[in-house]
Amino acid sequence: MRSIFSSVAVTAALVLAFGLSAATQGKQGAGPSGDQNDKYQVKIDNFSFTPGSLTVPAGTKVTWTNHDDVPHNVVSTDKKFASPVLDTDEQFSYEFKDPGTYAYYCSIHPKMTGKVIVQ
Amino acid sequence: MRKFIGPGSSDDGIDRRGFLKCMAWAGTGVFCIIHGGVLKSYSLSQMAHHGVDAAKGDLSFVQISDSHIGFSKPANTDVTATLQEAVAKINVLPTPLAFALHTGDLTHLSKPEEFDTLDQVLKSLKTSKVFYVPGEHDVLNDNGKQYLERYGKGTQGEGWFSFDQKGVHFIGLVNVLNLKAGGLGTLGQAQLEWLESDVKRLKSSTPIVVFAHIPLWAVYPEWGWGTDDSEQALSYLKRFGSVTVLNGHIHQTMQKVEGNVTFHTAMSTAFPQPQPGTAPSPGPLKVPAEKLRSLLGVTHVNFLGGKHTLAIVDSALQS
Repeated sequence: MRSIFSSVAVTAALVLAFGLSAATQGKQGAGPSGDQNDKYQVKIDNFSFTPGSLTVPAGTKVTWTNHDDVPHNVVSTDKKFASPVLDTDEQFSYEFKDPGTYAYYCSIHPKMTGKVIVQ
Repeated sequence: MRKFIGPGSSDDGIDRRGFLKCMAWAGTGVFCIIHGGVLKSYSLSQMAHHGVDAAKGDLSFVQISDSHIGFSKPANTDVTATLQEAVAKINVLPTPLAFALHTGDLTHLSKPEEFDTLDQVLKSLKTSKVFYVPGEHDVLNDNGKQYLERYGKGTQGEGWFSFDQKGVHFIGLVNVLNLKAGGLGTLGQAQLEWLESDVKRLKSSTPIVVFAHIPLWAVYPEWGWGTDDSEQALSYLKRFGSVTVLNGHIHQTMQKVEGNVTFHTAMSTAFPQPQPGTAPSPGPLKVPAEKLRSLLGVTHVNFLGGKHTLAIVDSALQS
């Protein structure tokens, strides 16, 4: 798991440098670069969320970035959060305050599912 | 020489080998006629010699799909132009059109200006009426509110409706709203109940044409290419002798015959998508510029009332 996280973090850092200028919407709560939580990133690519399951400490802000040529969104299965539609390179962030398992999906392409486990 | 697919040993009267041959032609300009459960197919060039009469039906209409106005990625940087080309192609058809159907994904991002552009382009269609069903790209962010305001006049529920024309009963269904995590397209209970009562009054001999965005058959569930509760919808149509289902969503032609039901998907006017399972995802397929227009197009349907025959022709923008 550790190696997955570090590769995600590297990719995420690259993404963030590009994504911050490109993103116009869906940046709800997106902080300045250098934020300690920036490593908690989920990549949306090829109609899937990577990592599909992300474990984070409580109080973590997680950021999703859409790399596909088609729009996606991030919607909590039990309606706890929902992003606007993210076009290519757009981002969405959400801060997970309470421990628990948060299942989410893309409501446009519901085959795409993922979860965030907050400890 | 026309190819005739004769009755075989199967219950539906369609010879499997012949049908597969017809399948193999799909996408290269195939012309299929369904007549009393027997399927005949012609290539477009054969049609020029043999199929002239078949192409002139009692009722003629076109299906436009997946115009994705607003899309500007490398797979097609000018989707407005290719939609305009599709309209131009439709406008030179020899038969007058009763109407046009748009089977969804009118826009790419549900933006008001994208809908405006679509309306502007379709204004030049040589037909007075266009019927719409939404794609998932038309109901983003507002659960279809804007779509309904623009195109939902006279429809039921979230935009479903039916109408009759020349003895054919047409049904437009919505399967892109309230999608469940992990699932496929959804019609939902309210729409299913409406459908059941909508067809109750009809004679079994009434030809039925159903259209919806996401395929109403399991094309490739792994990519979400199917509708969770389509079987229940189709169960209400079992007693009818001729049912034709027209879908979009998958940006390529595909056809399947099951009993008296013929399923058909149309090309997009915007960009092609990969064949099921041939790519990591169903995202837009980038092809060489000179090949793009051979993978975009529209579907033309003719109905011959006297013979109860429906003819479906797919034409690419460029062969």
